[in-house]
Amino acid sequence: MEDIRLDAQWVDYLLIAIYFAFVLGIGWFAKRGISSSIEFLLSGRSLPAWVTGLAFVSANLGAVEIMGMSATGAQYGMPTMHYFWIGAIPAMLFLGVVMMPFYYGSKVRSVPEFMRKRFGTGAHLVNALSFAIAQILIAGVNLFLLGTIVNRLLGWPLWVALIVAAAIVLSYITLGGLSAAIYNEVLQFFVIVAALLPLTLIGLHRVGGWDGLVERVSGDGMLGAEQLNSWPGQQLSGFDNPVLSVVGIVFGLGFVLSFGYWTTNFVEVQRAMASKSINAARLTPIIGAFPKMFIPFIVVIPGMIAAVLVSQLSEFKQISSTAGEAAAQAQTGVNYNDALLLLMREVLPNGLLGIAIAGLLAAFMAGMAANISAFNTVFSYDLWQQYVVKDRPDDYYLKVGRFATVGACIVAIFTALIAGNFSNLMDYLQTLFGFFNAPLFATFILGMFWKRMSATAGWVGLVGGTLSAVIVFILAETGVLDLPGQGAAFLAASTAFVVDIVLSVIVTFMTTPKPAAELRGLVYSETPKTDFDDPNEPKPPIWKRPAPVAGVALIMVIILNVVFS
Amino acid sequence: MSRSNELTKTAGAFDIRNVIGVLLGIFGIILTIAGIIGLSPDEAERTGGIDANLWTGIGLVVAALVFLVWARLRPIRIVDDAAASGSVGSSGSGSGSGSGSGAEAD
Repeated sequence: MEDIRLDAQWVDYLLIAIYFAFVLGIGWFAKRGISSSIEFLLSGRSLPAWVTGLAFVSANLGAVEIMGMSATGAQYGMPTMHYFWIGAIPAMLFLGVVMMPFYYGSKVRSVPEFMRKRFGTGAHLVNALSFAIAQILIAGVNLFLLGTIVNRLLGWPLWVALIVAAAIVLSYITLGGLSAAIYNEVLQFFVIVAALLPLTLIGLHRVGGWDGLVERVSGDGMLGAEQLNSWPGQQLSGFDNPVLSVVGIVFGLGFVLSFGYWTTNFVEVQRAMASKSINAARLTPIIGAFPKMFIPFIVVIPGMIAAVLVSQLSEFKQISSTAGEAAAQAQTGVNYNDALLLLMREVLPNGLLGIAIAGLLAAFMAGMAANISAFNTVFSYDLWQQYVVKDRPDDYYLKVGRFATVGACIVAIFTALIAGNFSNLMDYLQTLFGFFNAPLFATFILGMFWKRMSATAGWVGLVGGTLSAVIVFILAETGVLDLPGQGAAFLAASTAFVVDIVLSVIVTFMTTPKPAAELRGLVYSETPKTDFDDPNEPKPPIWKRPAPVAGVALIMVIILNVVFS
Repeated sequence: MSRSNELTKTAGAFDIRNVIGVLLGIFGIILTIAGIIGLSPDEAERTGGIDANLWTGIGLVVAALVFLVWARLRPIRIVDDAAASGSVGSSGSGSGSGSGSGAEAD
């Protein structure tokens, strides 16, 4: 890959340095509040909903999201919006309205711990181990992307960039724990908006406003005007038939993949668990849905602008439409993943450039920090305390949490080097999510609403579902199943979901259920409604109740879908 | 659990709104100054003639003021006074905190 040297000057470096001083300062300040493991690992359950809501969005707004979504925008255009409007918002609202009362109300400290209370140690061990491993892998991917960017922008060797970035993340998380991670995520959110909003506006100005963008995209001689409509999105789904494409996007991406990711992923749920009341916990993903539905305008649109404005990238797109991406990259030295960097170089003056670089570095670090802070909780409570060393005083587990953080950062550096060998990171991550998350969602949703479901069914369903996803993946990789685009990931996730449900139902009827008395707070029918309200707190006004606010978000996202269809 | 519940009130005393306000304010002031100094011909070509630093700088200063004013108008309240005096926030947050009911603002 060729360097994309940005012409950074002293004012840019000054802005970046100020930002990093704040990042480390937050770790140092947050440290003062920490005296127990629950404060280190769950922020003492004290944060207001708008803070956890923004952190909820930011934790997902890492390298993969920003670079990946602008790249997909440059390649396919508006259908990329589905990753936000179909692939995120409905699941986030569902998490807040339906599932969060169980997570927060049962007082568990992690998603795997919910699994243990509902289904016992079999399902718990499967969930805790697979989650911990996945987090380390994904932290490595985030770290790798960060290292690559620093390498290409500033010319530092990759390994130096990896170690410096890991050291910064490590220092603020070991000091300040989850609070430091969450506060930095909130700060990062505003820096990213401050960087990407001007980038989008200046880019639009350069292509002649929205009308100019529409004209240039529809006249690009390749996919043309198809890139301006989000539906039916055949290029994105990989299905030629428009009806199948819509079904694939709604069921595959919108239901199985996205519900699996957003509702069971502890990285996300942990942000809500850190909030101060059950109402705030439920509002966390719902408040997050509002910024989430507008983020594609400052991520996907810049990608589309870059594809028509930056000559290197439009040339790449032209060549790859006939000769393939590898040949195009060989000739132009860039690829879709460079869309955002190329646009920054093309339109930003010094000063704004510094903020943009700070924003990108922040996003990559926050992504990694989110993975690490979720990992250390699961490692300390679900693996170490549960299976290795039980019944020690709390400060022992606080220490374990800090050591786990150090260990995770070191392992992530090595994972980053492994991740460098996978060319398409997005596919790689989709695959991981498909393996772990789709069966998890099936097991959780059955377990929360079907009191008969037995403990054995819990782990059998999980293992069977995950294995079936792996089998579909292998069939697709070896060419037995021929599915282009994201088709294989959608199918693997859907298969895992269905297999999990079927196995769980069969096994349940062959085994004895848990006694009903043990299911309070874990299963809907066994939990009194009052358990879902906050004791000692007055009923919140209507604009602070989860269901009405979620309704507003749902209506807004439907309007967005109609307007940009 | 009950002991850690008391301590959580102090963890919240570090008000992120002030941190956001100060950082965006510093960014805004630096960009505004860069904008007043003006763009080089090369930079002007990149932005299509708009003084992007100036406008972004002004926008950031306004956003910073919103956060600082919000934090000032709806301060975090703390139950435990002794713990509150040991807590840290930027100088603007001190006035309203330190006493009152257990409910936090927002």
